[in-house]
Amino acid sequence: MSERRVELEVLRYHPETDAAPRFQRYSVDCREEWVVLDALNHVKETLDPTLSYRWSCHMAVCGSCGMMINGEPRLACKSFLRDYQGVIRVEPLAHFPIERDLVTVIDDFMAKLKRVKPYLIPAQARALEQGEYRQTPAELKRYKQFTLCMNCMLCYAACPEYGLIPKFIGPAAISLAHRYNQDSRDGGRAARQEEIAAAEGVWECSFTGACSEVCPEHVDPAAALQQVKIKSTVDWYLAHLMPWLKK
Amino acid sequence: METVHTDVAILGAGGAGLRAAIALAEADPKLRIALISKVYPMRSHTCAAEGGAAGVIKPDDSLEHHFHDTVAGGDWLSDQDVVEYFIREAPRELVQLEHWGCPWNREPDGSVAVRSFGGMQKQRTWFAADKSGFHILHTLFQTSLKHPSIERFDEFYATELLLDEGRCAGLVAIEMRSGRLVRFDARAVIVAGGGAGRMFPFTTNGAVKTGDGMALAYRAGVPLKDMEFVQYHPTGLPSTGTLLTEACRGEGGVLLNKNGRRFLQDYGMGPETPLGKPVFKTMELGPRDRISQAFWHEQKKGNAVPTQWGDAMLLDMRHLGEKKIDERLPLVRDMSISYMSVDPVTDPVPVRPVVHYMMGGIHTDIRAATPLPGLYAAGECACGSINGANRLGSNSLTELLVFGRRAALSAIEHLQSGAPPASDAALAGGAAAAQARIRELMQRSGGGETVAGLRKEMMQAMEQHAGIYRNGEGLAEACGKLADLRRRYARIELHDRTNVYNTDLLQALELGSMLDCAEAVVASALERRESRGAHQRLDFAARDDAKFLKHSLAWYGGAGAPRIDYAPVSITSSQPGVRDYSGAHA
Repeated sequence: MSERRVELEVLRYHPETDAAPRFQRYSVDCREEWVVLDALNHVKETLDPTLSYRWSCHMAVCGSCGMMINGEPRLACKSFLRDYQGVIRVEPLAHFPIERDLVTVIDDFMAKLKRVKPYLIPAQARALEQGEYRQTPAELKRYKQFTLCMNCMLCYAACPEYGLIPKFIGPAAISLAHRYNQDSRDGGRAARQEEIAAAEGVWECSFTGACSEVCPEHVDPAAALQQVKIKSTVDWYLAHLMPWLKK
Repeated sequence: METVHTDVAILGAGGAGLRAAIALAEADPKLRIALISKVYPMRSHTCAAEGGAAGVIKPDDSLEHHFHDTVAGGDWLSDQDVVEYFIREAPRELVQLEHWGCPWNREPDGSVAVRSFGGMQKQRTWFAADKSGFHILHTLFQTSLKHPSIERFDEFYATELLLDEGRCAGLVAIEMRSGRLVRFDARAVIVAGGGAGRMFPFTTNGAVKTGDGMALAYRAGVPLKDMEFVQYHPTGLPSTGTLLTEACRGEGGVLLNKNGRRFLQDYGMGPETPLGKPVFKTMELGPRDRISQAFWHEQKKGNAVPTQWGDAMLLDMRHLGEKKIDERLPLVRDMSISYMSVDPVTDPVPVRPVVHYMMGGIHTDIRAATPLPGLYAAGECACGSINGANRLGSNSLTELLVFGRRAALSAIEHLQSGAPPASDAALAGGAAAAQARIRELMQRSGGGETVAGLRKEMMQAMEQHAGIYRNGEGLAEACGKLADLRRRYARIELHDRTNVYNTDLLQALELGSMLDCAEAVVASALERRESRGAHQRLDFAARDDAKFLKHSLAWYGGAGAPRIDYAPVSITSSQPGVRDYSGAHA
């Protein structure tokens, strides 16, 4: 089993003792097949128990360990040491306040997610005794990819608009709203529109596509945002040019 | 200390905790609900469950079939009245999730699709590709956002339950972002804190699975039941322990030894079934305990496949083809390529048994109630018990739904029973004592023991002595070792004495939970002098119904060892028999 010494440069910040963030160097004896998270765990266990970061599943489904690795938003559990040479710089996710070290404050995202009503608002009520709604594989496919969002928030760290305009609802929350809008069982699009079609909703997006590039689940938030824009534009024309169609 | 007044406090915001919260909110929107978890809900380990959730739905299946599969799968240690309730409620809960938007896979006609799973005689496992737990968790979490009465306390780590007059009346938790302690006064508490697989070094369990909920109940005087039954999942990646779902075999994957032989036929699970045509309840669709045990024997015979991470077997899915693998097992493919550099489309994947699930847990009854009034438990931390000595794959996702809801209904019944409010003095006293214990740990110096050091020794002891096969001598040694580790735990010294998001403190507390749970595992295992399900003793190789058709109960003994006694198993219609996975039933 091949071993390798890896130099990590990790952002440290402790609000009780530090006036500003700083970097700390660790030389870590790693196995070649490790991911960056393994290296951080090794630091925590053998070199520095005071380092704080979030992690749990180590299989890219829980979304805890999003961080900037050499300037790119990534999951630490899926960033392989074999893909890096030289010093690896690890920082908390960009565009979020730092709570401590690599731990960010995610209140803003949690509030926005709630605002877009990311739950099924049934088009037609159905009693449990009536069994499941029918939904064909083709209907499932229309929204399935948008269900894969694990709320890791890499897309917010990558999004230039979110960096400039923090009120922007952002890629993940809009994708999840779109996920329900696209669901054949759902009738809640109108209720979601006031949030996602508002000024700080989808129209802030300038379509750089950075969100889709960093998404570890290939949710393709950029596609969701563009689909929402098109649908919202159609809404506008229908409302203004054919007002008699309005419900 | 700040006090939060609530009606029901729920500890843990994974599948069971979220399901309970929604049931409470739906039953009475005026109820105050505090949903407290050491992680954000979507980080809970429910997200890592892959294969699916069992519930009878298709016309060729019946509740009776599901009942018999579950009871025989559990080697007759399941409480049969509880299993009957469980299988009856299961389809309703899965339909409920569908109504909340869960993206279950579908048949061409739009009905829900089901797949085969180990130990099940019919197809009844509802699935969302191979991310079923992920979708269940996110569906529940997103649905919970609909209910303003669910107040979340994300990243609050509970340190103690508060008791008054023999009732559970609240808890104390640390707010991670500030380090301050908060007292929660609650008329009922539901523990949904998950399993404790991290006491072992090689596990599918995420870092959060440290048995905190089990330990809190245990220390408050509630026994832990059947803790000796630890499930090894046969197919984890040898490099990381990452789970490759049983659905790999449900879809037709086969297990090979180093000679390319489908060796399960040599362990009572044959004859060999045609490649790509899996047959219910035989060969690769045998139960997890039997398959993990078969691997252990192959390893002894020298038939294992050597890898740089130790001995393995091969999971061959090549004959399924790329299309089916991508449609039904996309995560499996991704994980195999990422963490093993093996593409299951072109090569067999090395796998080996890995600690996956605790059948045991907090002693609960058919109502999800513990013996402590006001305290309920659901999900992996609880033992009702439906899983007996060995859980069948895809029963646990359904279990957390059925008993999450049941715990909520029982808590409401408790609120309506008119129990008098707890005494403020008693709760304040309990909270002050909890605070003093945390302060002592934070300020302790000169102890010399470290979290990482003790944790490593605990994991080694568990791996060495409490694995797939055990014996009395090894278990006695493990009991001694755990007692020693618990003594040394009192001398742990933190490196980090600050307040904000102190993971040194958090890991020390989690280690305390794991040590208590681990001691209950080995003490219960030592006393059970028989082999049943996932508990296999080399020195007592046979099942012994005369002496051990009963549940183990481990009672917390403070600084000393736990006391072990027993409770009867509820048998309604199925007398203990032979677990037959030979294909003879087919």
